[in-house]
Amino acid sequence: MKETPSLIVRYIARRAVPFIQLYALYVLGHGEDGPGGGFQGGVIFAASFVLLALAYGWGRGRASVPEKVADVIAPAGCLLYAGIGFVSLLIGGAFLQYDAFAGPGADQAARKTAHHFGLIGIELGVMLTVTASMVILFFEMARPAEDEAAEEGATFEQAGHIPEGPRAEESLDG
Amino acid sequence: MSVAEIISTVLLALGGLVMLAGAVGVVRFPDFYTRLHAAGKADTLGQGLILLGLALPAGLGLVSFKIALIILFIFVLNPTATHALARGAWVIGLQPWARDRAGEQPAEEDA
Repeated sequence: MKETPSLIVRYIARRAVPFIQLYALYVLGHGEDGPGGGFQGGVIFAASFVLLALAYGWGRGRASVPEKVADVIAPAGCLLYAGIGFVSLLIGGAFLQYDAFAGPGADQAARKTAHHFGLIGIELGVMLTVTASMVILFFEMARPAEDEAAEEGATFEQAGHIPEGPRAEESLDG
Repeated sequence: MSVAEIISTVLLALGGLVMLAGAVGVVRFPDFYTRLHAAGKADTLGQGLILLGLALPAGLGLVSFKIALIILFIFVLNPTATHALARGAWVIGLQPWARDRAGEQPAEEDA
């Protein structure tokens, strides 16, 4: 894996990341009444980190999501999902019965609001887990081998110059 | 037909024509760089025109705002992706097509 930094790609990637993440949250919020939801939102959110890694190299991308943070967020999302289910069980509803959050004697509108919040809550849990899992999967699969890492560091140092262009012999052979 | 509908129809037709030109370019041009040139430019403009044509009849509102955002992002990100592809091909040493060595170039260097 050769590092080939391009100013244009780096600049645009850096500027695009916040918009991708905002769009992921938009997709998450739409899960109730349209295409979208926690899984899709999570994948889009994770894609923003993949874009960072593609534009800046594996190391800088990994630094944006430290391994420990991703390792904690992945189970935390599951915990949020299951936690909401058990909390609704504790306050007298069924497992994951969101409208129980409104309380026992609540009217129709309050139950509906509670349902909305419960659904958004579990979707958020799904999104956290999916984002962290995707990030972990990508960075583990793309991890440069130990002996390549040193070599890659060397090419990265020299990569400041504009590439010379095609070498005639090589490209005719290939 | 209202004025907005006429303009929208013209924009949609123009966008379709530009996309068609881009598609013909991708099929007919000789190598990776020239095909990228056709696809990158024509798709950016064609999508912009088509989306503009779709936004006009919707009037000012949430729909046209979303379409405006899509146009903005396509106009920024599509050329960036094209640049990254062309640069990647250049860095690994893909030779650009030239008329005087058109015979020597192998035909398998398709995108």
